[in-house]
Amino acid sequence: MLINNLNILIGLEVHTQLTKLRSKLFCPTPADYRKSPPNTYVCPICLGLPGTLPVVNKKAVEYAIAVAKALNCEVSDKLVFVRKHYFYPDLPKNYQISQYIGPGFTAIARNGYVKIYADGKVKIIRIRRVNIEEDPGRIVYVGSIEISPYSLIDYNRSGIALLEIVTEPDMASPKEARAFLEKLIAILEYLGVTDPREEGAFRVDANISFEGFGRVEIKNIGSVKDVEKALTYEIIRQKKIIEQGGKVERETRHWNPSKGVTVSLRSKEYEEDYRYFPDPDLPPMKLDKSLIERISSALPELPDNRIARFTMQYGLDEYRASVLVLNKWLADFFEDAAKIYSNYKKLADLLITDFLRWINEYNLSPENFKATPLHIVKLLKLWDEGILSVKMVKEILPQIIKDGIDVESYVAASGYVKIIDKSYLHKIVEEVMKEHPKAVQDALSNPKAINYLIGLVMKKTGGKADPQITKEIIQEILSSIR
Amino acid sequence: MSYKYLSMPVYRLLQEFKTDPMKIFDYLELVYKVINGTENKIRSFITLISKDIVFKYVEKLVKEGLEKFDSLKLLGIPIAVKDNISTKGIRTTCASRMLENYIPPYNATVIERIIKEGGIIIGKTNMDEFAMGSTTETSAFYPTRNPWDLSRVPGGSSGGSAAALSAGEAPLALGSDTGGSIRNPAAFCGVYGLKPTYGLVSRYGLIAYASSMDQIGPMARNTMDLAILLNIIAGHDSKDSTSLLINGKDYVSLLKELTHKEPRLRIGIIKELFENSDEGIRSKTYKAVDMLCAYHDCLTISLPYGKQLVAAYYIIAMAEASSNLARFDGVRYGLKIPFENKGWDEIYSEVRTKGFGYEVKKRIALGAYILSVGYRDMYYIRALKFRRILKETFDKIFKSVDAVMSPTMPILPPKLGEFFEDPLRMYLADVNTVIANLIGVPAISIPIDFYNGLPVAVQIMSRQLTEEVLLYLSMQLEEKTRFRNIVAEVH
Repeated sequence: MLINNLNILIGLEVHTQLTKLRSKLFCPTPADYRKSPPNTYVCPICLGLPGTLPVVNKKAVEYAIAVAKALNCEVSDKLVFVRKHYFYPDLPKNYQISQYIGPGFTAIARNGYVKIYADGKVKIIRIRRVNIEEDPGRIVYVGSIEISPYSLIDYNRSGIALLEIVTEPDMASPKEARAFLEKLIAILEYLGVTDPREEGAFRVDANISFEGFGRVEIKNIGSVKDVEKALTYEIIRQKKIIEQGGKVERETRHWNPSKGVTVSLRSKEYEEDYRYFPDPDLPPMKLDKSLIERISSALPELPDNRIARFTMQYGLDEYRASVLVLNKWLADFFEDAAKIYSNYKKLADLLITDFLRWINEYNLSPENFKATPLHIVKLLKLWDEGILSVKMVKEILPQIIKDGIDVESYVAASGYVKIIDKSYLHKIVEEVMKEHPKAVQDALSNPKAINYLIGLVMKKTGGKADPQITKEIIQEILSSIR
Repeated sequence: MSYKYLSMPVYRLLQEFKTDPMKIFDYLELVYKVINGTENKIRSFITLISKDIVFKYVEKLVKEGLEKFDSLKLLGIPIAVKDNISTKGIRTTCASRMLENYIPPYNATVIERIIKEGGIIIGKTNMDEFAMGSTTETSAFYPTRNPWDLSRVPGGSSGGSAAALSAGEAPLALGSDTGGSIRNPAAFCGVYGLKPTYGLVSRYGLIAYASSMDQIGPMARNTMDLAILLNIIAGHDSKDSTSLLINGKDYVSLLKELTHKEPRLRIGIIKELFENSDEGIRSKTYKAVDMLCAYHDCLTISLPYGKQLVAAYYIIAMAEASSNLARFDGVRYGLKIPFENKGWDEIYSEVRTKGFGYEVKKRIALGAYILSVGYRDMYYIRALKFRRILKETFDKIFKSVDAVMSPTMPILPPKLGEFFEDPLRMYLADVNTVIANLIGVPAISIPIDFYNGLPVAVQIMSRQLTEEVLLYLSMQLEEKTRFRNIVAEVH
């Protein structure tokens, strides 16, 4: 079989917590549960105690509408929640309050799209729907699932607001899937509705098939990199089966990140019946056009707009602009630096290559690296002035990032560089003498006072002037005036 | 304190208590004396709060609350609460093994409101397991007996609350009504019961049976007492999304005003619901019709639905029940079983097999079936369609009349065990009461007379949020029948 001619179809189902909400989706319990001991961020409602009722968090609905709008979706005119039934120990009510498209109910948003850049081309990935739903609790195993003699349940996560974003199978490679997810994460970050880096805040189910063959779903992948790896693995696995004339089973698989393989969880021959029906505890809520418009018009600058602006305002090409913009913190950093430094391309290049590499190398987050835009601009200026070579810049950069050292004093103190360029120093010395005529007079009459002049030159050059050469130049000039 | 206090209405008791708070203790003494004498025969309660605890509570209440006594609307009034309404620190079982030892960590909104007004919860009353039944016989613990005839059922599912009232064990009670569960036992026990408009009373803390129809409502031995309790429990609650956003009415004042002005209303008499009732019921309830129609304008109306009403009701109720009762799995609360070396699915299966009774399991199984792919259109969607049609039908009816009237129950209270042999007959006996739950309107059951020593009652329904109309008509009948504050002598 000529498998290389077959299209690969990849569709993604992304679950993202709305981590920026103060409380859970249906109860007033605070949502920032991550740092607290198990089962301390719970109340009768998110524990599903008998008699409790859900009340929808209005802010969560507004966030969902903002996301829907940013994904170019049609927003429904009513908000309907359904119950999705399945028994599982992390699900307190044994049904999940979710959304679904069916008779009498619908998702909050449908039919959107996201633009991605893959292999230098623009591609449209269609969004099928966006749901709001509640997150279940978390099952904790002792050791691992295989060897744990029992399991524990932590309900802190139970009831956290979650968006389910489902794409059409429009991605043709793991790379495109990655590009989509990076774009999606950026959009969510720009909206300020979630911090996808929070542990477990961003989970992906990936569907993959060769056109005309069985579809496999890989469940619950925890990071963008793992999505790419899992899909790459799956392609090789399915390819082998097809080449050997076999049949790709419709099934659900699990990605084992430590072993780098997918393993079969269950066959999908039997489609689970979730017995969806509208939740009678949550009457349909009208979503007014005015509300949707208000949210829509208050959307912040989104990645696509910012990329366009970067190309216009800073003259960057689309590639550089999008690398910066998709890392929101880096784009912010760039713009701060660009206020005091105008070689934008040079700045962008440093940021998206070495700078980003070292951030990743040190495993630093945007909150805890030390470099400020001013640090980087100083470094670039020294480079521009010929004081630092490319090699030196690359050596100093990681220390700026990690320890936040001030590049000028560092350079001076470490004797990294000395200004030995006589004509340059000559110019500086002349300037200093012009500015300090009294010091010149002193030096003329008192040879010891020459040190004061040297000090002034050092100050002006940030300690980089070679003191011996400086002294010689000063003496030279002094003798010429005498 | 003399036994005359036993038949004293709450509005009179409140006056007595306000002039002399010590009378609360005398009254409670009397109530507990009655309970001690009757409870072994009737078994209205699943959990009875001991007299000591109640006395200590009241002592504290009296000491702390003296200055605000005048404003407390239920000061010192003992209230029996159906055991599916969550009470903080007091076992709430739903008459099920599943919740035999479950103690809620929070109060239902109605309980909060009652406590705030100085009401005293004296116990949790027996019921059909998870409110599924019309006789209180599906209680996992024991059946309750009808105080008027111990060989008969008190009705259900709020049978314990109704029996407690008619036996004099409490002057006020809370019930819940999904398809008649307040009105049916009220009728069988000869007390007053009101199912409010859906959304008038908060469901927060009511352990759900069928969420789109469940309502908590007041039960009492006279109309004014119903109004007093309704005043406390009605009104918007932000914890219940189905709670209506309305300004509270003062039902007591409205009742007094209407009773004084006596406006002339138009009342529809639902022909079929009389015709399909047992002979004794028919003859007695026609008398009540005559009493009201002597003053109001009555017209006969037809409701050609019959069995469809019951079918639609049970389909929706069972579908919702199968979902609502999914949470009972023994993990966080409820029945615990030894779980060593068992998978969670085995544990769930065992817990639910042992924890639920037959009727509950039947309804869960049927409900799950009804919602399954391939059947939901045939049953659930059709039932919803019928529900819409019924609503439209009544929207029309309520354009021409202010209230509609029928017998509450088409039959007299059956003997214990009778319905077990014929469950379909039990379901069909709900035909008159399920209408109000399907369409969300308020309905009241008013006792009017006895037939062969057993109470007979009429039901009146009115437009959404016109509870005062029901109370007014109930008061008029009460004046005529003198069926008020009657306590059964239990032998």
